[in-house]
Order: sequence, then C-alpha cells, then structure tokens
Amino acid sequence: MSILRTPLGLAATVLTFGVLVLAVVAPILWTDKANAIDTSNILAGPSADHWAGTDNLGRDIFYRTLVATRLSVELALAATAIAVVVGLVLGTASYLLGRRSGRLVSAGINIAVAFPGILLALFFAVIFGVGATGAVLAIGLAGAPSFGRLTQTLVASVGSRDYVSAARVAGVGRFRILGRHVLPNVSEPLVVNATIGAGGALLAFAGLSFLGLGVQQPKYDWGRLLFDGVSSIYVNPAAALAPGIAVLIAGLAFNLFGECIAKGLGVGVVGGVPELPPMAATLDDEQEPVEETHHEGTELVLDVRDLEVTFPGPNGPIRPVRGVSFAVRRGEAVGVVGESGSGKSLTALAISRLVGDPGRVDASRLELLGTDLRTADTKAQRQFLGTSMAMVFQDPMTSFNPTRRMGGQLAEVARHHQGMDRKQAMARAIDRLSAVRITEAERRAHLYPHEFSGGMRQRAMIGMGLMGSPALIVADEPTTALDVTVQQQVLDLLAAIREADDVALVLISHDVTVVGEVCDRVLVMYAGKIVEDLPAADLATTAQHPYTRALVAAVPDMDTDLAEPLAVIPGRPVDPADVPLGCAYAARCPLATTRCTTEEPPLESDAAGRRVACWHAGEPIDIEIQTLQEVEA
Amino acid sequence: MSELRFEDVRVRYGATLAVDGVSLTVPAGQVVGLVGESGSGKSTLARAAVGLAPVSEGTITLDGRPVPTTGRNRPLQMVFQDPYSSLDPRMSIGESIAEAIPPGSGRAERRAEVQRLLELVHLDPTRAGARPSELSGGQRQRVALARALAGRPAVVIADEITSALDVSIQGAVLNLVRELQRELGLSMLFISHNLAVVRYVASHVAVMHQGRIVEEGPTAQVLAAPEHDYTRELLAAVPGNRSAR
Repeated sequence: MSILRTPLGLAATVLTFGVLVLAVVAPILWTDKANAIDTSNILAGPSADHWAGTDNLGRDIFYRTLVATRLSVELALAATAIAVVVGLVLGTASYLLGRRSGRLVSAGINIAVAFPGILLALFFAVIFGVGATGAVLAIGLAGAPSFGRLTQTLVASVGSRDYVSAARVAGVGRFRILGRHVLPNVSEPLVVNATIGAGGALLAFAGLSFLGLGVQQPKYDWGRLLFDGVSSIYVNPAAALAPGIAVLIAGLAFNLFGECIAKGLGVGVVGGVPELPPMAATLDDEQEPVEETHHEGTELVLDVRDLEVTFPGPNGPIRPVRGVSFAVRRGEAVGVVGESGSGKSLTALAISRLVGDPGRVDASRLELLGTDLRTADTKAQRQFLGTSMAMVFQDPMTSFNPTRRMGGQLAEVARHHQGMDRKQAMARAIDRLSAVRITEAERRAHLYPHEFSGGMRQRAMIGMGLMGSPALIVADEPTTALDVTVQQQVLDLLAAIREADDVALVLISHDVTVVGEVCDRVLVMYAGKIVEDLPAADLATTAQHPYTRALVAAVPDMDTDLAEPLAVIPGRPVDPADVPLGCAYAARCPLATTRCTTEEPPLESDAAGRRVACWHAGEPIDIEIQTLQEVEA
Repeated sequence: MSELRFEDVRVRYGATLAVDGVSLTVPAGQVVGLVGESGSGKSTLARAAVGLAPVSEGTITLDGRPVPTTGRNRPLQMVFQDPYSSLDPRMSIGESIAEAIPPGSGRAERRAEVQRLLELVHLDPTRAGARPSELSGGQRQRVALARALAGRPAVVIADEITSALDVSIQGAVLNLVRELQRELGLSMLFISHNLAVVRYVASHVAVMHQGRIVEEGPTAQVLAAPEHDYTRELLAAVPGNRSAR
C-alpha cells in the first residue's frame, strides 16, 4: 500500500481505522457509563470523574460522545451507501438505455444536482416525520445526483474506448459489458469519491441533528449531543466541544483517507525512487580527446559528444540515451531512426534542453553554433535557443494553446525573444505563415488552432519555429500524426526551408523511408546508442549494420515482392532499464556470435566518414533466418 | 466464405455526411483494401458495418442478408487501430479472447479454443493469463486478431491495424494477416492510409475521398494506372515513390 508511505497517508489511515474501531467497540464497553443518570450532578463542568462534564440528567458527556460514534458512523455510511447505489443506477442508466432515454436521464441528473440538499431533508422530514430515517434518505438522495453525474461521465469515457466497442462487436450484451469492462475500469475514482462522500455525509448528519431534524431522543449521535451541548454552552463549553471535536476528527479522517487513496491511485508508485548521485557537470578535461569529426572546415551548427540522458528508476538510474555523438553542418539534414524506446526522441529533447525533472542530461560537449548549451538555464540562453533553434513536435494540436488565435501565438515568440512591438510581431507572424505556404495568411492569423487542419497546424508550428532565424530545426516525428498526402506537403516544406535559408535539419522518425527521402545522412539508433551513421542514399544498398538492414527490409514499398513474406525483426526492443552486456542488438541479430554477447562493439569510422558499431558489419545475412515466422513469442 | 456488400450506404452525423452513398463489395475469400485520408469516412464505413455507427440510408448485407448487429452471432468482426486501447487493461488476454467465443461451449472447450487461437496468431498459448500491459504493441495486435477470429467470423474488417505500430513490428503483423486470410479463407476489408501496405495485402483496392468511393479495381491495375486525380496524389505521396510524380 503506497499510501502508507507518506506521513499524511499513514495518519489518515490510522485515524480512519481508529474511528471505525471505536464505532464497533465503544457501545459495547461504555453504554452503561454513558446512560448512567446521576441527578445529583447535572450540568457539571469537566472534572476527574467526568472529563467533559455532564448533561441535564447528569450523564457523562465524554462517554456519550464515544458511544455516539457508532450511530454517527452508521448513519453516515448508510447515507453514503444510498448515494452510491442510487448514483450508480442513475449514472449507468444513460449508458444502458441508449441515446434518447439516456438524454432524459442526464437532464434529470442535471436538475437534481442543482436541487438543495437541505430542502430535500425538510421534504423527507415531512414525509417520514423528524428522525433518523428521513435524515438518512435525505442526505443519501441529496448526494446521489452528484455521484450519478460522476459515474455518468466516467462511464461515458470508458464506454467509448475501443475495448468496449470490440466487446460490442463480439456480441456481448450491454449489462455484461457494463459489469465486465466499464465498472471495473471506473471503480477507482468512484471508491475515492465514496470515501470522501462518507466524510461529507458525517458532517451533514451532524448539521441536521444539530438543527433538530436528525436523530431524536433518546437516541443520540454527535449532532444530537452538539445540539444538547450548545444550549448549556455558557455553563459547560466542553459539552458542545467534545462532540464537535469528534465530528471534526472523523470528518477529517474520511476526507484525508479518500484524498490519499486518490493520490495513491493517480500517481502510482512514488516512494522509494533513489536520488541520482550528482554527476560532474563537465567531463571535458578528463575525457580522452574525442576523435575529431570529418566535417572540419565546414561550420558546425550542432556538435554533440557523449550525450547521456538519465532518469531515476525504482532499481537505480535508467539511461535511455547512452553516449550519443554526432555533428550537424550548416544546411545539412540528418535523420535519426529507430524503434520506439531507442532514445531518439529523448536525444532531440536533450538537444533542445527540454528534458525536465527528474531527468538529467550529461555530455562532454553540447554546442549549438559554438555556444555551450550545458550552462545554467538563463534568460540569455533561452533567448538564444528560442531564436536559433526551432522544434517541431508530433502532435500539432497539443502544441498550440486552443484558446488563442494563431497569429497572436506566433507573434508572442517575436515579442518575447526579439523585442518586437505588437504590430511588427504580427506582421512577422503573417509573413511567416505565408512562408510556410498557408494561403490567406492575414485572414487565417485570426483563426483559432481548431479551425486549422492537421497539416496546416503542423505548418504553422514550423512557421512558429521560423519566427526567429533558426540555424537548426529539430523535428520529432513531424508527420506521424498526418495523412500521407499531407505528410508529403510537410516534408516538402521542410526541404524548401532548408534550401532557402541553409537551415540544418534533424528529423526524427521511426519510418526509415521518410528519413531516407528527406535527409542527407541517417543515424540509426538502438538501445540509446548510434549503431550506424551513413549517407541516406546508401540505406537501401550498402547499409552495414544488421539492424539497419532489417529496418529497411521490414517496410513494404511499392516494389516489395508480393510472393514473399515481409522481413521481420524477431524479439522485442531492449528495455532501457535492462540493457544487456555486449551488443544490445545481439539477441535479435541473425549474425550474433559469442563475442557479440560479451563485448560491446565500438562505433568506428571508416575512411569515408561512415560509422558503424558491429562486429559483423556487412556480412551477408541468410534470408531464411530473417523471415522466421515465430517472432516475438 | 462470405460476401460483404455495401449498397448506397450513407452515414450522417448531425449535419455532416460522413459516408455519402458508398457501394462496395468484398468478394468471398478476397481482401479488399480501402484507402483514403483521415476524415474520408473509411473508419465510419467500417463502424457502420459492425453496428457501431448508425446507417442513415442504404444496406449492408452479408451473403444477401442484413449483417446482424445484435445478439451473440456476429459473423462480421473488426480489429481496431490502437492495440493499446482495444484490450481491457484489467482482463487477461485469455479472458478477452474467451469473451468473444460464441456461447454454448464448456469451460474446457473454451480454454482449448483460446489456446488454439493464440497459437494461430503465433503467441505462446501458456501466456493466456498475461495482462495486456505485459505485451508489446505487436503482440497486443495479435491478441486483437485472435479475439476477432474467436467469433468465427465470415468477414473481418481491419481498421488501420498497423498504423499505431512501429515499422519493425508492422511487417510481422502484415505477414500474419496474409497467412490467416489464406489459411482460413477469410473475406477481409483492410483499411489503411498506406498504399504500400494495401498493395502488399489486398487484391482489390477502393479509394475513398470525402465520403465517396472515387476509384476501385484490382490493386495492381489501380496502382499502375490510376484514373482519379486523388489516387494519383495518394500514390505520389508514398515515401520513396517520388518518381511517380
């Protein structure tokens, strides 16, 4: 139980169980003491015999408060049960009844939510007479609509999931779907809310009894005791304070307990993650001199050496990027390919200084246009990054603020980073929108993001990056969320920008054909390392690393042989938390030998500047092994 | 083997016509590819066929009879795009598959059937107790295929089943689709936006654009000599196929 690990969670749990135990035990142990009438000692103040004094019949208020725990908790739980049951029925009704009747039910719930609970209590008091029954029904039913609405919302969101659709297509009935798929998947928030609701019901009961609408003599709950105590508050304040404190503690216990369960469920396992040991910020001096790259003489836009990204994990630090070195020249397009989990996106985020806590980025060199990016996150550095580098993300919808007009969002960049005034910035924004081939840019600048199509949004995102005069565009799967036809437009646009302004491009993609089409050079990443670095033109013909060759072969194109099964890569990608010894790809590699599983191949450059990390680079691969049917088993 | 036939089907969502008079036939034992961009109505057409979207006009028939969309007998099954959301995270994969097996068989029979189906999609039958979270995307998509097959369907609709997968896994799933289709003689409507994938799997292809079928025919013929402008545009957009322009 993760909630027990936080002090608050522990306290809430102990309190809640304390209250429940007291509710069971107190009436058994102390009923006689609580009911003992002592007419010689009425309305007495606190004393050693009577810690909270006595009431108008001389009964001990402290014991009465303890004994009242059971009735108070019982009533609160009964009311909560009514609220939950009625709420569940109401909330699931609109799912079970279908569209038209469902709409009626939700309208009913909406009206009921607005109906004041105290009015309901008065209403039931009239029907059932003043007493516990009416109060339980009133509080229960008053809580039902809000619980119903919560259920309805949760059920509707789970009800539209694909697994529910799949069950419907399989012919599973609605009630069965509700019981097997929907309710189990919404139970967590419902349980949390019911627990918090119990705390609320407890307080509501105290309120009703205090008003005289709840429990009647000779029964008593905390509200009743409070009601009796207040009448003699000037004689003995403890008579009102004791039940008041009890209500406070119990209400707090239920509420906190509910909150803690919610936190525990929402955040998952938080405790026990070890802190990362501090690492030296610069490793430059002690590092052996890094081999100079072969791009000497041309200006480097980006120079990355030994880039590492580390996250704390439950069993020690996890390193999804394990020493990546590459350089990008002015105007060059470099593609980064790999499967999900290969560390390619994290590499891009690390370059843009976007790896947030608790991740950390280490490198022996990380330079953009000769400026060291490893220094502290200052305003000057952010400004430099904001104007010299553009970042394009996969999902253009989540990259924009949906409540603001497009033009304003672009203009903000110029005002923030370049100190332009409102008018200049807007003019620049419109200019940039037309630069990314958005027609009628002036009119469209006044539209909201949702009024743009997906492709237009992605182009506007690129336009946003062009508000400064970037030397580098980092695009992380910029076309994965787009249709093929739109994908082509975006790729064409990136190519045109590159040509026009000599902008360098780092394009990250899982699709080797996309990268091969747009880029000059391709870096192939596997398990957080570059395993091959080669000209894009050579991808299909002279790739050396078996992983690169498998990636190329696995994608069907318009010339794929229809008679043959597609080549597949057996096994599954390496878990960054569990990187094997030797070559990380060895377990999936048809060429692997003992050496591969013990000794890690270094990334070695050849005369032409191509790099590959493989003991068996370029050796022929037996096709029979590669098309193995039993994959991933 | 069964024939799935759409006749002049219209699906209306409020004021928008998502599917605008589509007539399409999936011949018995054949794979028909349905291509088009998002919003073209291909997924809506699929959902209409299995009863997840309302058909405003037209008919969808299976061997001449309306496709049943209520009751336990569902000869038309669908595999969804995203294997991460199409499996109930709280149920073991065996339970998910067993749920789709038509009722009337005993516990032992069902268990045996689950094992058979898992083997059919090349998953280890001893892993029937695994939760979806323990599986990779490709493995989950195989489970989804096994679940669709559990209903003993005559026709299967595959809606973008590889687009949420890494390219390295895509190949394995496509191989499996071809193998299953051949072994079981399934009729199949294979929806994708990737022409290279459709070319590999489908013998016939239909191109959908703005709710209508704009071109259809044998795959090789449509891809070699596209007649509609939109088909040409799609072809030109296939990565690595720039020469086609």
